[in-house]
Amino acid sequence: MKYIDEYRNKDLAKRILKEIKAISVKNISLMEVCGGHTTAIHKFGIPSLLPDTIKLLSGPGCPVCVSSKRFIDQSIAYSRLKDVIITTYGDLIRVPGSTSSLRQEIGTGADIRIVFSILDALTIAKDNPDKKVVFIGIGFETTAPSSAAGIINAAKEKIENFYLYSSHKIMPPPMKALIDEGVKINGYIAPGHVSTITGSGIYSDISEKYGLSCVISGFEPLDLLQSIYMLVKQIEDGTPKVEIQYSRAVKPQGNRKALAMMDEVFDLRDDWWRGLGILKDSGLTLKDKYSSFDAEKMIQVDVEETADDKGCICGEILKGLKSPKDCKLFDTVCTPTNPVGACMVSHEGACHAHYRYSRNG
Amino acid sequence: MAIVSMGGTEYNASLQMIEDVKVGDYILLHTGFAIQKIDEEEAKEIFKLFDELEVINQQIDEEEKGKKVV
Ligand code: SF4
Repeated sequence: MKYIDEYRNKDLAKRILKEIKAISVKNISLMEVCGGHTTAIHKFGIPSLLPDTIKLLSGPGCPVCVSSKRFIDQSIAYSRLKDVIITTYGDLIRVPGSTSSLRQEIGTGADIRIVFSILDALTIAKDNPDKKVVFIGIGFETTAPSSAAGIINAAKEKIENFYLYSSHKIMPPPMKALIDEGVKINGYIAPGHVSTITGSGIYSDISEKYGLSCVISGFEPLDLLQSIYMLVKQIEDGTPKVEIQYSRAVKPQGNRKALAMMDEVFDLRDDWWRGLGILKDSGLTLKDKYSSFDAEKMIQVDVEETADDKGCICGEILKGLKSPKDCKLFDTVCTPTNPVGACMVSHEGACHAHYRYSRNG
Repeated sequence: MAIVSMGGTEYNASLQMIEDVKVGDYILLHTGFAIQKIDEEEAKEIFKLFDELEVINQQIDEEEKGKKVV
């Protein structure tokens, strides 16, 4: 397939690995922030190919993983209302809340529909004028613009029974919070698709103020290896900066149209991240002028008390402090078919990736 | 809206977020929206790097060979 096969060329991968080995002297830790990268790195067995000097850590970039149990519980509470249809992306329905999950609620009669796009949710709203259709919006800057577009379209088409429950978050705050917390990272493999939207400027603080290297990477083996090479080179040379490896999809200025849509629809708010707690201006909420589409403002629900995470160390894993194999429940009690925590549910979660691809190193 | 083909399967995609796209372009698709056009020129850049690396690799090889002889 074009733009895929050529980036999986084994001979080229060997060449770049040889070069990485030749220049890597210092012991360093690189964090892949994005869940898509975590999956790709384990799928292609990249950790086992690298020299011992380079350690890869998974970060807080899996949207399902960082969202709170309270968010799941509130989604479940909406689903229990008789006049509500819940629409959402696939992974979310399997995430355990305090006492239930959306999937469990389907079993007891809730109307929950998995959609590919918010546009499908709008169609469902138009087809069901007597119901309230709640779209559960989750994801970072890659996905937030589609939710913004959905709201803009709903306003234009005057769809009055459509609501967004937003758990959208933005990426730079947790990347800075991790460094502030003292997690030992020498460089970030920065998210590819987030950067497609935002451009490379959002990371300049990280290299300028915090002195950390950032390389925006694509998702194929050669992309990741080239990004690791670029990071090692920056670190060995002592020249931290932001570089774009994924230049076929990321422009320094990002996608202006998508950014304008986000700006039109969302305000920043403080938001909670698993492992990191509340981070200032890290979440997205609908602007007042769109509040008639805001599920939180328009639909009242009682939400059950949030139960503790029993034994799940997802939070530590998302900070790169622990690995899934450090969790006593990993592959014993907690598996993708019977997940205890969100990191095992999502395809982008570190626990899920380790479980699926652990043989690849 | 536009029809996009992904691994042989066809999907509807919204073009609301990108400009100047035409039939035959490669796009990055996310949750039903085209979020960027793939830049063909940039796509080739990575392979230029490998050509450069090849030269460096050869130098390393030669240095190593040299060491063995000594
Ligand atoms: S293996 Fe399961 S319980 Fe353990 S940290 Fe991962 S998601 Fe949580």
